[in-house]
Amino acid sequence: MARPRPEPVQVVKQRRDAALNALVHGVPYIRFLGIEFDRRGDELTSVMPFADRLIGNPILPALHGGATAAFLEVTAIIGLSWSMLWDQIESGALNPDDLAQGKLPRLPKTIDFTVDYLRSGLPRDAYARAHVARSGRRYASVHVEAWQDNRARPFAQASGHFLMPRRDG
Amino acid sequence: MSVDKTRIAEQFIGAIPHSQALGMELTDIGDGTAEISMAYDERFIGDPDTGVIHGGAVSALMDTCCGAAAMSHPSNPGATATIDLRIDYMRPATPGQRIRAHAECYHITRTVAFVRARAMDDDDDRPVATATGTFTVESK
Repeated sequence: MARPRPEPVQVVKQRRDAALNALVHGVPYIRFLGIEFDRRGDELTSVMPFADRLIGNPILPALHGGATAAFLEVTAIIGLSWSMLWDQIESGALNPDDLAQGKLPRLPKTIDFTVDYLRSGLPRDAYARAHVARSGRRYASVHVEAWQDNRARPFAQASGHFLMPRRDG
Repeated sequence: MSVDKTRIAEQFIGAIPHSQALGMELTDIGDGTAEISMAYDERFIGDPDTGVIHGGAVSALMDTCCGAAAMSHPSNPGATATIDLRIDYMRPATPGQRIRAHAECYHITRTVAFVRARAMDDDDDRPVATATGTFTVESK
């Protein structure tokens, strides 16, 4: 009758962070851009620390539109994958050790991606969050917003469609 | 296209740190057109299983190429910034092959440049991705 004892918090955190790390660090281009993810429960915030090689306009200076687009797309794909894998990570169906050894599940593929540039990206760290508007068996629709100093003043937003990986192996 | 503008366009690429970091090369520039290519590089991989380049790297190439086309249009006095850019990914780029983007500024007003682009690998007949975007036209 009694509820099973909850797992110790370190065990839960270790499992979730190991899965997230494997997912993020397994992709070379995410490492190239220096993007990291900050996790609070199941909520992810991506962080792209400022670096000179991300500059597109050296006179202003401003972030390159391509770096901003890539940051938003990475945030969308990882956010979508995370929401898709969460239940499997929690149930233990996905083993974080396997993930860490590079046995990654197939990731969603981008069908199209549209970026709105709202103001120029300043030479400082950028943050972004993805919102999965709809995730079906085959297609998903994701919206992403990126900001810098002020959460209420996004510098770019994007929406995209993704092809979900097949579940039947 | 004047020698002066060619030189400016070449400097344009050389002066963009992010485009340099991605190894982009401007191979052609005309009146409102541009061609920029990017060599295959393992650091730009998005799918470690297949070695396919990340969509974000293709986006950066498309954005740079579309911006160069907008800038090189005879009615554009100078600098430009992206207002919006949509990319359609037709198929994964073949690993190991260079990706070439060709952009064309097909309409321009006093304030907005309309641009479209295609990205190809070694197979010229089947584009890897297409893009359409709008860019600002800034008075000098």
